[in-house]
Amino acid sequence: MKPNDIHSYSLSHLKLLESEAIYIFREVVAQFEKPVLLFSGGKDSICLVRLAQKAFYPGKIPFPLMHVDTGHNFKESIDYRDMLVEQVGADLIVKKVQDTIDAGRAQEEKGPNPSRNAIQSITLLDALEELKFDAAIGGARRDEEKARAKERFFSHRDDFGQWDPKNQRPELWNLYNGKKHMGEHFRVFPISNWTEMDVWQYIAQEKIPLPSIYFSHKREVVDRDGMLLAKSDFITLLKGEEYSERVVRYRTLGDMTCTGAVESAAISIEDIIQEVASARVTERGGRADDKRSEAAMEERKIQGYF
Amino acid sequence: MEGDFTKNYLNMDLLRFTTAGSVDDGKSTLIGRLMYDSKSIFEDQMEAIEESSKRRGDENLNLALLTDGLKAEREQGITIDVAYRYFATPRRKFIIADTPGHIQYTRNMVTGASTANLAIILVDARNGVIEQTCRHAFIASLLRIKHLVVCVNKMDLVDYAEEPFNKIQDEFGAFSSKLDITDVRYIPISALKGDNVVDKSNNMSWYNGATLLYTLENVQIASDRNFIDGRFGVQGVVRPQSDKYHDFRGYTGKVEGGIFRPGDEVMVLPSGLTSKVKALETFEGQLEEAFPPMSICMTLEDDIDVGRGDMICRPNNHPEVSQDLDLMVCWLNQDGLKPGGKYIIRHSSNEARCVIKGVRYKMDINTLHRLEDDKEIQLNDIGRIFIRTTKPMMVDPYKKNRNTGSVILIDEFTNETVAAGMVI
Repeated sequence: MKPNDIHSYSLSHLKLLESEAIYIFREVVAQFEKPVLLFSGGKDSICLVRLAQKAFYPGKIPFPLMHVDTGHNFKESIDYRDMLVEQVGADLIVKKVQDTIDAGRAQEEKGPNPSRNAIQSITLLDALEELKFDAAIGGARRDEEKARAKERFFSHRDDFGQWDPKNQRPELWNLYNGKKHMGEHFRVFPISNWTEMDVWQYIAQEKIPLPSIYFSHKREVVDRDGMLLAKSDFITLLKGEEYSERVVRYRTLGDMTCTGAVESAAISIEDIIQEVASARVTERGGRADDKRSEAAMEERKIQGYF
Repeated sequence: MEGDFTKNYLNMDLLRFTTAGSVDDGKSTLIGRLMYDSKSIFEDQMEAIEESSKRRGDENLNLALLTDGLKAEREQGITIDVAYRYFATPRRKFIIADTPGHIQYTRNMVTGASTANLAIILVDARNGVIEQTCRHAFIASLLRIKHLVVCVNKMDLVDYAEEPFNKIQDEFGAFSSKLDITDVRYIPISALKGDNVVDKSNNMSWYNGATLLYTLENVQIASDRNFIDGRFGVQGVVRPQSDKYHDFRGYTGKVEGGIFRPGDEVMVLPSGLTSKVKALETFEGQLEEAFPPMSICMTLEDDIDVGRGDMICRPNNHPEVSQDLDLMVCWLNQDGLKPGGKYIIRHSSNEARCVIKGVRYKMDINTLHRLEDDKEIQLNDIGRIFIRTTKPMMVDPYKKNRNTGSVILIDEFTNETVAAGMVI
C-alpha cells in the first residue's frame, strides 16, 4: 500500500471509540451468562443503547435494560424510555427505590430536597442478586471524576458488590478478563474512554433523538445554592425561596431533587456542542460572567464535585 | 460557522500516548501543563489546585495536583496505578495513560504502553540518562510503541543551556540504538514554566524543533496499523432468526489486520475450511471494505462451522497454528510465576489452558542482559518463557501484529490477570 492510500483508511476519533465500545459489548455477551444494561434515561445510557444495537445488528440486543427508578423522575424522561424500549425491541425491567424503602432495606434522606441517589445502589444490588445478573453494563466515563480515571472497562465486584480500587486487574491490549467466583459480578463500562464532548458529538453524528428537556424550554425553578431545581412534589421550599420561570435546559438527567438545570437558549444538538465547547473556552480564559459560571457550576457536578 | 465548527469536531482523530518518568522528573506537572496550556482545565479545577498549592506551601501553581487522584497518592506525591486522562485540541483527541514511574511499577507501565501509539519519556536535564530512563525505553520498545518522544525536562534549572540537552541526546541515542525503535525525537522543555510544551520557548533560541503539543498533534500514526495480513478474530455469532433475516448467520469481530472485501477468499482457523466473504454488515449498511480496527459483522458464502475463538484470515496468509508458544512475559502479580504451573491463556477471542514448560531467561531491564542462571520470575519481572496449550492457538509474532501477537495469563484459582505475554 502506498503511503497516500493510508489516509483513506483513517477513522475519526468517534469511529474509533465506537468500535472499541462495540467490541466491549460483544465481549460481555460472550464472557458472561446474564448481562444487563443499566438504563438511567440519561444521554450516556441512550448512547449505550445505540452502541448495543450496533454491536448485535441485525440481531436484537441480547440482554434486557434495567431502570433503577428513584421515583423522582422527569415525566419526559420516562416517556422517552418507554418509547425507546418499544423502538429497539428490548426488554425493560424497572426496579423501584420506593420498594426498597417500603421493605425497610433503606431509609429516605431528610431535608428539603431528599435525594435517593445514595440508596439507589441498594435497590440495584438487590436486583442484581435477585435476577442473577453477572454483568451490569453502565455508561460511566473516566473523565467524570478523578477517582474514576483508574476504573477498568471490566470492573470486578466482590460478593458484597464492592469495588477495590487498589486491587484491580490490569487491562492490556484488547484482552478483557471477566473470570469470577460464584456470587461476584462485574460492572462493565463500554464508553470509559469517552468525554462529555464525545458523547454530544456522537449524538450529533448519529442523529440520536433525545428527551426534550435536554433542550431549551421554560420551566419553574427554585435557585438553591446556585442550583436551579425544577418545581416538583419532591422539593420543599425553604424560607425566602420562591419559584420563578426561567429558560433552561438539562445537561444531565437524574433524580429531580439533585439535578440542576442551566439557563440556556440551546435548541439543537449543534447549539449544545457549541455551548459545551464555549463553556470551556470561557472558563479557561478566566472571563466567567454570571451566566457562564452557572455552566461551570454544572460542570463541577458532572465532575462529581457535589 | 456553527456547521463548520461541529464538522471539525466530528473529523478529529485520536492519539493514545503514555508517559513515563522517574519519581521526580515532573511527569504529573507535564500532564498538568499540557492540559492547562491546551485549555482543557475548568476554572473550578484551577481554583481547587491553587488552593491546595497554597496549603502545601508550593511556590508555583502545582499542576501535578491536577492528575494525582486518590488521597493516598497525593500525600505520598506518587501515582500508584494507571490513570487515564483526556484532552483535545481542534486537530486531535488525546488519551493519556498516565503511568507511575516508581521502580516497582513496571507492571503499570506495561499496561499503559500496551494500547499506546506513542510514549513520552521524561529525563531530568540535571541528571541525564539514568537507569530508569533506559528501563522505560526498553519497555516502550518491548511493547512496540513506534514513536518515542524524549522530553528533557527542567531546562530552567540548567539555565536553558544546550550542552546538557545534547549530552542526553547522545547518551539516549547510544542506548536506544540497541532497541527496536525507529522514531525518536528530543524536545527540551520546562513543564513547570511551560517552555516548549504548548508554546514555543523564548529561552532556547538554539532549539529549532517543534513543541511537544505540535509533535503530538502531527505525528503520523495511520501507517502503524497492519493493513497487509488479514486477521479477524471471531467474537460471536449473530443469528437473528427473524422473518427478515431468516437464514442470516454472521460473525462478529474486530478487524485486527489487513483489509477485507466482499468476494475475498478466506480461511477459518483452526479448522482450515475456506470460503468467501459474502458481506460486511454494519448497522449503517453493508461496507465495501473493512480495515483495522473496525468492529463489523461478517457473513460467508458457505455454511461452514465458525464460532467464537476462531480466526478468519487468508488461505495464503495466516497466523501460525500451534500449541507450543514462546513468549516474552511481564509478570503482573504478587504471586510469582510457577514453573510447571497451569494457567488460563487468553488470546484475541480465544481461550485455553496452558502449562509453563520452562523459563529461558530473565531480563535485567536496566542492562538488557539475559540472566540465564536467574530464572525466578516475580512481580514486575520480564522474561522469556515457553508454554504448551491445551488446544491450538492462532498467533502472529507480536512484532508483526500487536493484537494477534499478545496474550494474558490468568490464575485458575484467583481469576487474577497474572501476566502479559508477547509472542516471539
